[in-house]
Amino acid sequence: MARAVSTQRKALNTAIAWIIGLLIFFPILWTILTSFKTEAEAIANPPVILFFDWTLENYGVVQERSNYMRFLWNSVIIAGGSTLLGILIAVPAAWSMAFVPSRRTKDILLWMLSTKMLPAVGVLYPIYLLCIQLGVLDNRVALVVILMLINLPIIVWMLYTYFREIPGEILEAARMDGAGLKEELLYVLTPMAIPGIASTILLNFILAWNEAFWTLNLTSVDAAPLTAFIASYSSPEGLFFAKLSAASTMAIAPILILGWFSQKQLVRGLTFGAVK
Amino acid sequence: MATQSSRAAARIMMAPAVFLLLVWMLVPLCMTLWFSVRDYRPLRGGDLGYVGLENFARFVSSSSFWPAIFTTLLIVGGVLLVSIVFGVLLAMLLDQPMWGQGIVRILVIAPFFVMPTVSALVWKNMFMDPTNGVFAHIWRAFGADPVVWLTDVPILSLVLIISWQWLPFATLILLTAFQSLDSEQLEAAEMDGASPLARFFFIALPHLSRAITIVILIQTIFLLAVFAEIFVTTGGAFGTRTLTYLIYQRVLESQNVGLGSAGGVYAIILANIVALFLMRIVGKNLDR
Repeated sequence: MARAVSTQRKALNTAIAWIIGLLIFFPILWTILTSFKTEAEAIANPPVILFFDWTLENYGVVQERSNYMRFLWNSVIIAGGSTLLGILIAVPAAWSMAFVPSRRTKDILLWMLSTKMLPAVGVLYPIYLLCIQLGVLDNRVALVVILMLINLPIIVWMLYTYFREIPGEILEAARMDGAGLKEELLYVLTPMAIPGIASTILLNFILAWNEAFWTLNLTSVDAAPLTAFIASYSSPEGLFFAKLSAASTMAIAPILILGWFSQKQLVRGLTFGAVK
Repeated sequence: MATQSSRAAARIMMAPAVFLLLVWMLVPLCMTLWFSVRDYRPLRGGDLGYVGLENFARFVSSSSFWPAIFTTLLIVGGVLLVSIVFGVLLAMLLDQPMWGQGIVRILVIAPFFVMPTVSALVWKNMFMDPTNGVFAHIWRAFGADPVVWLTDVPILSLVLIISWQWLPFATLILLTAFQSLDSEQLEAAEMDGASPLARFFFIALPHLSRAITIVILIQTIFLLAVFAEIFVTTGGAFGTRTLTYLIYQRVLESQNVGLGSAGGVYAIILANIVALFLMRIVGKNLDR
């Protein structure tokens, strides 16, 4: 917008936007604040907002009670493993579809996306049964594979849209200058593809980290990630607000930070570049 | 550019992804179809034989079917309504010049990264709890009796929780669309004397239509499968049982796999009808 805007107008915009922004953010802020309160202060009426005795006690209790680190480790393994495996399978596929398109490429892409429409609940029992038969119920490797398959269509699509934006002229120019296939891949294409691959990794890590349906239904103890760890606080026992808050903060902090870094890629990633 | 050998190489590079997805789709799908025509109860002797379409008929005629469909539609519709209306307003606001725009945007987007189990629990206990929740404090401050959210207005509560998670997504996409709006066209309309309302309805809204469609379709796919939010808040009680949740209960809680599988087939059909529209729109985009 090239139009000059009065300072007054800008101030008004700022005020309204900040109020709404803080309102939307409030549940997260409130959770983080509560996690530093004692249980008594957490349910005080009227609530204490900032002037309480800040304590780290809840974090200690949560870790002691349910071994947060093990859940965290499971989340890291499952989200990280499925993303990595997915990338390894998707990069060659997306690469070939973007650079060697055929008449069927579009159909294959659409078909891949259609597997995403398979409602998980519709196929839950077969997968559950297969896991039992294969002896991999509550197993991290099984979840890595399942979450990889769930996100694979999205990974392929995202990479495809990124790869398609690499202009062919640059490749041709490099060839004219005498670059062989190796140089072409190493010095021309890879540097241009890395930002796209990086944001794909980021977004898929977030999706896998937050995935709850499969993790809740296919894990119990050994492979349970943070989504399951938090669900265990849904029992009445979890009504200790300060501890619940500490646990919640510990579950969302890593991904919140990661998410903020990737917000720009998020739009493209989630809409496959359909919205500009 | 595409030579014979590069085509062959491309096929080999695509093969693992295509093969894995094919297996991932076909195996569970076939098993679900198989179970759906059998009386299969793992806790009562397993597979009790072929029953034809009985499961399908029973699933539809059960007293919980239509309420579940109705609840699903209410939740999906409610969340869509909230996220589109407020998403457009928020995107419009965030598109205006202001100080600290980047920070406000981060604040608005944050809920999208909160895992569904956490957001449902935090809302349930710390906001909607009738004695100690933040809402109860606010209600009492005004001298009103606190609302028992999850039992008195369960669907509204769920719509509120899920909307909070999805509003950021809608806002982000609509904001991106807003930013590509041609400001010259807006200025020209303003000079011709079009009122702000007219400019909104005749220029901005049509420009956003594509983004709105995409938000509706992507969110619908995800919202039809909402699970964790119901799992940790009401557990399907108080009329919050969606189709997804009903199937989940049939399969895992009552261990009637045959009946649940028939429900699963219905869910797959429903999702695919929605998906068909999505494909058309995304597919068009490919031709660009």
